[in-house]
Amino acid sequence: MLLTIARKEFRSLFTTPSTWFILGALQFIFAWFFLVRLDAFMQVQSQSAQVANAPGVTQSVASPLLASVAFILMMLVPIFTMRLIAEERRNQTLVMLLAAPVSSMEIILGKFLGMLLFLSLIIAACFIMVTTLALGSPLDFGLLIVNVLGLLLLTACYTALGLYFSTLTAQPIVAATSTIATLFGLWLIDLAGSSANALLKALSPTIHFQNFNTGLLVSKDFAYFLLFCTLFLLLAIRRLHNTRIYG
Amino acid sequence: MSAQITLNARNLTRRLGRREVIRNVSLQLKRGEVLGLLGENGAGKSTTMQILSGVLIPHAGQIEVCGIDMKSNAKQAKSRIGYLPENPPLYRDMRVDDYLSYAARLHRVPDSGIREALSIAKNRCGLQDTGRKLIGTLSKGYQQRVGIAQAIIHQPDIVILDEPTVGLDPSQIRDIRTLIRELGNDHSVILSTHLLGEVENICDRVEIMQRGQLIYGDTSVRMQGLGHQAGFIVTLKAPPDVKTLQNVAGVINVEILSPTRFKILHTIDGNTAEELLTLSAQHGWQAQQLTPLQGNIEDAFVQITQTDQINNNNKA
Repeated sequence: MLLTIARKEFRSLFTTPSTWFILGALQFIFAWFFLVRLDAFMQVQSQSAQVANAPGVTQSVASPLLASVAFILMMLVPIFTMRLIAEERRNQTLVMLLAAPVSSMEIILGKFLGMLLFLSLIIAACFIMVTTLALGSPLDFGLLIVNVLGLLLLTACYTALGLYFSTLTAQPIVAATSTIATLFGLWLIDLAGSSANALLKALSPTIHFQNFNTGLLVSKDFAYFLLFCTLFLLLAIRRLHNTRIYG
Repeated sequence: MSAQITLNARNLTRRLGRREVIRNVSLQLKRGEVLGLLGENGAGKSTTMQILSGVLIPHAGQIEVCGIDMKSNAKQAKSRIGYLPENPPLYRDMRVDDYLSYAARLHRVPDSGIREALSIAKNRCGLQDTGRKLIGTLSKGYQQRVGIAQAIIHQPDIVILDEPTVGLDPSQIRDIRTLIRELGNDHSVILSTHLLGEVENICDRVEIMQRGQLIYGDTSVRMQGLGHQAGFIVTLKAPPDVKTLQNVAGVINVEILSPTRFKILHTIDGNTAEELLTLSAQHGWQAQQLTPLQGNIEDAFVQITQTDQINNNNKA
């Protein structure tokens, strides 16, 4: 049941031309970043060859690139998640799901998985682009994979948050702006750097991503991402269930 | 042997803030029965149907679908219900086939049975040639059919249709009515409408709702009888004085429609028509045409809702 909804969500994304357009444009932007990073690396390469333990290509091209992907996803994910429930509400198709023999949990998790699967395609495309570096240089696949894992977890958080905001309203745009605003706020905490206190900093997803970005697998970051997703998914399920009670 | 009871709703109540939108609604539905839910706008028809289909949760009351309790066994109960809301829940950018198989999967039709379910539903709703079309490109009538197909794809025991003929042209309305009548043969159907003709044509039973309560329930034939005014329209080529007509035994009222046509209301038990014809032959009034007045469901509806209103006002 859950997979039926996930599949429908995933497939319906590809029926709209705008999805393809965004995917294309994104890939272009990522390629641009990639080339700029690569170019910078090539310029310093002759000097860094003389330094012992100089940062390799994975560290100086791939990691920064994926960090920028993380930033772009922050603004991009809400654009995709805004439609999840809000549009069904607006088009009055949500009734079909509510009348079907599926629980609110299955609806929310189905939508979440479908969207996450789609977004992981973007990350996968990026990953493949970076692995082309392997043609000319050995790559640190450990670092790369930890990065991708972090990116996936980060995207899952953004999706869960976006999905929750999408359950709150019947206007996709409202859902998108409030998600972006919230994510932006969380990012600002990260930006505030050392002046923010530790508790506040622990709230920001991007700070937790930084460890992954440098190749560190820290269990508390895992725990943070899982808690973040669970919290907003539970809130979304609850909100959807309330639709049945309060109309 | 009496037919199996497919739907049994008891004392449904739903509140919106403090106001009770639905109060103590109890309904029973037998297999093979078409029940018409009548009522003015805002009477609570749609809310009732949403509760019956499991979209909304009632604040009080119980629903049993083929003996399965809706509250404790929601999934099983709901898989026996097909529901078409007022606005058909259609994804405009999906193809009809994709949409219907999605609906089938949502209603737990096994993968192996989907193809068959699809062709049955499409045949019934006259959608054979539209499978590859995008729903958004279909006309309103066809979209409505897709909506109905979606509601019957899993062969539910109960089909709930909320104003299925609104916004359709007369020939589409006729098609859909035929379809609903057919559905009534092996499913139980509840349909809401404010088109009274619809009730006359397709419903076996009628429930009338007003201000969140069921105020009247009976077979649609008997309801028509309620609206029946004993009377006829008669054409007399050489009519006498109106007073003379009024003095015929049993006549209550004479209305002059034209110099030669009269609408005559009489008491139910008398055979006034016969009397009048005899008199006409005796006095040379030249009676030409006599049409009895038809029982009218519209009158019945107005009569029932107004009586209820008056009773309510008296109580207040």
